[in-house]
Amino acid sequence: MADKYKDKKTLKNTAPVVTPAASEASYDDVKHEHRLYFNIVKKRYIWFALSLLLMIPGIISLCTQGLNLSIDYKGGSMFNIQFNEKVTQADINQAMDSVGLTGSVQLTNGDISAIVRTEALDQTKRDELLAAIQKQAGTFDMKNVEEQLVQPAIGDELKSGAIKSLAVASLLILIYVSFRFRFVYAVSSVIALLHDILITLGLFSLFQWEIDAAFIAAILTIFGYSINDTVVIYDRIRENERRMKKKDSFEDMVDKSVWQTMGRSVKTVCTVLIALLAIFFLGGESTRSFSLAMIIGVFFGAYSSICIASQLVVEIKKRTSEDNKKDNPAES
Amino acid sequence: MKRGNTLKLAVTVILVAVVVFFSIQPLTNSETGIPLGLDLRGGVHLVLQAEMGKDGAEITKDDMDKARAVIEERVNGLGVSEPYIQTNYDKKRIIIELAGVADPDEAVKVLQTTAKLTFRDPDGNILMDGSMLKDAKAAVDTSRGRTDYVVQISFTSEGTSKFADITTKYLGQKIGIYMDERKIQDPEVSVPIVDGQGQIQGYSSLEEAAQYAVMFRSGALPVSMSIVEKNQVGALLGADSLNKSLNACVIALIFIFLFMLLLYRLPGLVADFSLVVFSVIVLWGLYGIGTVLTLPGIAGFVLSIGMAVDLNIIVYERIKEELKLGKSLRAAVDAGFSRAFITVFDSNITTIFAALALFLLGSASIKGFAITLIVGIVASLFTAITFTRWVMRWIVGINPRMSKWLFGVKEVK
Repeated sequence: MADKYKDKKTLKNTAPVVTPAASEASYDDVKHEHRLYFNIVKKRYIWFALSLLLMIPGIISLCTQGLNLSIDYKGGSMFNIQFNEKVTQADINQAMDSVGLTGSVQLTNGDISAIVRTEALDQTKRDELLAAIQKQAGTFDMKNVEEQLVQPAIGDELKSGAIKSLAVASLLILIYVSFRFRFVYAVSSVIALLHDILITLGLFSLFQWEIDAAFIAAILTIFGYSINDTVVIYDRIRENERRMKKKDSFEDMVDKSVWQTMGRSVKTVCTVLIALLAIFFLGGESTRSFSLAMIIGVFFGAYSSICIASQLVVEIKKRTSEDNKKDNPAES
Repeated sequence: MKRGNTLKLAVTVILVAVVVFFSIQPLTNSETGIPLGLDLRGGVHLVLQAEMGKDGAEITKDDMDKARAVIEERVNGLGVSEPYIQTNYDKKRIIIELAGVADPDEAVKVLQTTAKLTFRDPDGNILMDGSMLKDAKAAVDTSRGRTDYVVQISFTSEGTSKFADITTKYLGQKIGIYMDERKIQDPEVSVPIVDGQGQIQGYSSLEEAAQYAVMFRSGALPVSMSIVEKNQVGALLGADSLNKSLNACVIALIFIFLFMLLLYRLPGLVADFSLVVFSVIVLWGLYGIGTVLTLPGIAGFVLSIGMAVDLNIIVYERIKEELKLGKSLRAAVDAGFSRAFITVFDSNITTIFAALALFLLGSASIKGFAITLIVGIVASLFTAITFTRWVMRWIVGINPRMSKWLFGVKEVK
């Protein structure tokens, strides 16, 4: 092809071959490239400590107060009622009392709407409750009530389905990453994933934010997204590792790889966060817990991809091949 | 060469514009476009669980069919445009979805009442009820020298004598068979039926006869069903959710477009352009599969836009790196795409795994999210490695020596 030949002419005084990344940027080039450069690999114990510090309160909270599960998981009835005029919490509580029910009432939208949660009600009990609220709290249009009923047995099914899908997803990812990279990488990435999930769950437990059916979708997407992030960095490590010379240190190579992909990591998190923040602020009540979980997960997913996943690879490699260390003075 | 590339580029831009223009109507049409889930247009989602009777008898597949026939009959009575009714024989459940129903509360009430089959006189007075009916089954009768599709009914001993009285009294008249308050048949009595074995004639096919037979039986043997899951959204609230999520979509798109443009300049513009192509592919893909668009689905779509951009970022960062190493534009673009392909592929397969797990094991609403995400990832892989690549090559082909500043790289001399 003629134009390809023409191109080669322009290449004369630069790279001799057109194959991808035939020459590579040196570690020093990469360091100079970033104004904020610092050695991420050398500071890995700081990241590990930081992550533990972030996880511990969450784990304690998970053990002591657990998660605030919505009726999707534990069963129950939920009514989102748009009243015709302002109502008070006390009136609704009183209406619930009058039919012998307990539950939570949450007023939104300037006291015009109320979200009422209670045990799983049958049709007669439900009618009784709505009639009592009509009478004692305020009138509303029955046609525009949002209502959800989940019997406890169904909730249990959802819970076991959620756990199963998490297990299947982790297994698939573990196999794929071991196959495309190496087992060390797969293990490190799965630990980093669990780290992201634990932090997200921990925060939801600490603040007792409600977890609904869409939450499991968020967790699994965080899984997929965070590993996506990690794989991009691994991919660069794999590429740079092939070009490593005997005297090069593995740690420096990893640090270089992390910094080479830094621009991408930061920018891509920004775009995904833009999308998620839009859903969070504008998407309405029903997608809020989903987008909140995603925002937290994506943020920590990016952090763990940079600071945890590849640093774990370095750490595990270092501990499993002691003799490499002796040959390699740069690594001490 | 320059002219060829300019031409290709211009044709592509026009083509995309035309496709977008002609996609808007078919996709957003409320009748034939992408169907909206009940969380977006209001409606009821019900899961009914069949419960064992007092005698403790096992619930059979036949019982489920009867129950379903009754429910279908009632749903038809409601006049809902596209009802969705599904039987889960394993778990003995019937799943009903009525989107767009004006008064969801009323619909639930109608569905909830126990089915009741009655025989009535021509004036509508109840003569006997379905509990005296022992069996009803479809059959083919050739005794009159032609093929007749019939429903054979038989009565209990109590029913036999009662039905004998009725058919004697109303000989030559019509007896109405009612399901609840709805007349489903009114066969004419041609002979008194005294042995408790009757036949209703006049069906056009065996299937039709079977349908009625099931309905008659269910009146005789009502399976008690209880609501184990209910999700009810009023139409106003649904419309509100739809507006809000579309708003979120538009705002997210605008910000992402600006972000890419500011960050990568010319390639950013190309990325924005291929995002439009990506969106059109995803929407047509969802339409083709017949997915119902739900709130989680829209969230999945917005998220997949964010992730589609990621592929462009990987490629563009690579191109910038190659440019900094001193390669020519053409070489850098080629190198960027071919090297980034492996990265893009590896990283997205893993996301697909997570989405697959969601699809296989998730609940109904989560499935919608998973499908959107999978379609989104496949579409973004396609646009990033083919469409964006062509466009970038053409642009570079127009002027291989254009300023590297346009690519977000400082000119180094």
